[in-house]
Amino acid sequence: MSPPPDVWTALRSWPWRLLASGWPWRALAYLVSGAAVGVVVAVALFALVGVGLLTLVILVGVLVLAGVPLLAALVADVERKRLRLILPEAGRDAIEPPQPIAWGDRLRALRRLRISGPEVGYTVLLGTVLWLVDAVALNLLIALPGVLVLAPVLIRADAPVAFGPWQITTPTEAWIAAVPGLVLLVVGLYATTLLAAAQASLARLLLEPAQTRLTAAVADLRRSRVDLVDAFETERRRIERDLHDGAQQRLVALTLTLGLAELEMPEGAGLDLVRQAHSQAETALAELRATVRGIHPRVLVDHGLTAAVHELADAAGLPVAVDLQVDGRLPPPVEAAAYFVVAEALTNTVRHAGATSARIQGRVSGDRLEVEIRDDGSGGAAMRPGGGLAGLATRLAALDGDLEVTSPPGGPTEVRMTCPTALP
Amino acid sequence: MPDRAPLRIVLAEDSALLREGLLAILERAGHEVIAAVGDADALLAFTDHTRPDVVITDIRMPPTHTDEGLRAAAELRRRHRDLAVLVLSAYVADAYLAELLDTTGGGGIGYLLKDRVGHVRDFLDSLRRVAGGETVVDPQVVRGLLDRHQPDGPLDVLSEREREVLGLMAEGRTNGSIAAALFVTEAAVRKHVGNIFAKLRLDPATDRRVSAVLAYLREA
Repeated sequence: MSPPPDVWTALRSWPWRLLASGWPWRALAYLVSGAAVGVVVAVALFALVGVGLLTLVILVGVLVLAGVPLLAALVADVERKRLRLILPEAGRDAIEPPQPIAWGDRLRALRRLRISGPEVGYTVLLGTVLWLVDAVALNLLIALPGVLVLAPVLIRADAPVAFGPWQITTPTEAWIAAVPGLVLLVVGLYATTLLAAAQASLARLLLEPAQTRLTAAVADLRRSRVDLVDAFETERRRIERDLHDGAQQRLVALTLTLGLAELEMPEGAGLDLVRQAHSQAETALAELRATVRGIHPRVLVDHGLTAAVHELADAAGLPVAVDLQVDGRLPPPVEAAAYFVVAEALTNTVRHAGATSARIQGRVSGDRLEVEIRDDGSGGAAMRPGGGLAGLATRLAALDGDLEVTSPPGGPTEVRMTCPTALP
Repeated sequence: MPDRAPLRIVLAEDSALLREGLLAILERAGHEVIAAVGDADALLAFTDHTRPDVVITDIRMPPTHTDEGLRAAAELRRRHRDLAVLVLSAYVADAYLAELLDTTGGGGIGYLLKDRVGHVRDFLDSLRRVAGGETVVDPQVVRGLLDRHQPDGPLDVLSEREREVLGLMAEGRTNGSIAAALFVTEAAVRKHVGNIFAKLRLDPATDRRVSAVLAYLREA
């Protein structure tokens, strides 16, 4: 079994796993160093505030008190490094400043009163409460059981072991004390590890730059957006499959039966009606096919973007030159987005542009897919809110891609999309 | 008429509904359907054992529902050189057509959209022509190819009219039928066809009509 990957997992594991891992020792180091730093901070704070308040009447105190945020910035620097003992992942995504911030700059920043409230708050907390808690916890949870465990050794060294009125003088008493001592020590290690984890989390919450947390949140959001697009795509595929295997097959079968009926029937009103029914069934089939193609085309699933775009071009109703240099398959959401951009652009061309021909060009350059649809129509197209192209732009944005429409009056219209070939 | 002799057919289509429909049409036309199966493995097995005149197969079949039928068709044409194969597709995909035309074998090839089957007379006519060794490609597919302008292709040497004639040839039409469609005399069509053969430098020893159509279809 691998050691627990983080402190919270370690806390949930059995004693032998916890003790075998580095976490209790990191926790001890964190608390010991915390108590030490805390004492220094307490002294420094006491001095700054005391001297500051006393000299406030002669206004020098203002300057002295201004040292508190400065101290806080220094403490925050130290504490951010220290808390990685317990939370190694903290600050990993932080954007490091290009060079260490010089103290002169910090002073100038102070002059502009850029005081970090959370940093000052944490510093005061550390100097007043936290180091005391650490010191008490270390004594009660580690030192006391430690002495009990070591009692047999201490007795032999003639050092009397006394807890108030209770004294350990004989080796037997010492061994009896060592057993509960061991249990208490294990419990104490859990408690100190928990305390260290809680303190480090508090420090992280107060000291980690907001940007780091925002970066993490943005990454999460992007992932969930892509997941949404992906889920949407999967659902469309399912609907397409249901329609294809269900209604569409039945309609084809219906046209077969009607075709056969035409052969069987004598000329007359009956045959005319059957022919009419046949053509109505075919219209229904064609409309269903068009709907299915708009949901998620089968050819895209089976053969990828190039084949699907060729099919679109063939069905466009005007001559379309296709030049696609896309080898292999792209992630389904990317293929679908590109496909629907081409479909929408061609639909607009046919409906509004009065064009006589169109050209589709596409290639993967580097790690981006670029597709361009150009017609020789009258131009004047635009991305309207709520329109088909605007919806596709949103869809592309979720994939980190973008969509551009240039269509000066008089033409030509050019729709250009780019999209990374890997999902964010 | 000798070409009205019933054909021996193996049919592969995974949708039971369509399989029954096709079966009814073929039997109504007097053909003998030796086997109607639902997947490519059964198609291969039955064809090997019964040596039919024509195989009719859907492209998409279990287990993956992609191009099992097409691959089976290619395999069958390798095994039985004179076997005619009619492939049914749910949609237009040039990739299918190119793969099909690249298969070896001397028998006829057909590529039809499933929607075409409802036009029973046309379908049976296409089947008959494929069985007779012709290449039949769905008119809608051909129209799509015609609409696509491909600069610098081998067919660029042809005039607009010659391309038109070639497109109609690709639909499987005879000179007479092309003449009627273009409102010209059959002699004029023959002249165009001769020009096409010459411009494409087709070897007179081969079936130049088929070669021209293949060149046309491959360019797309």
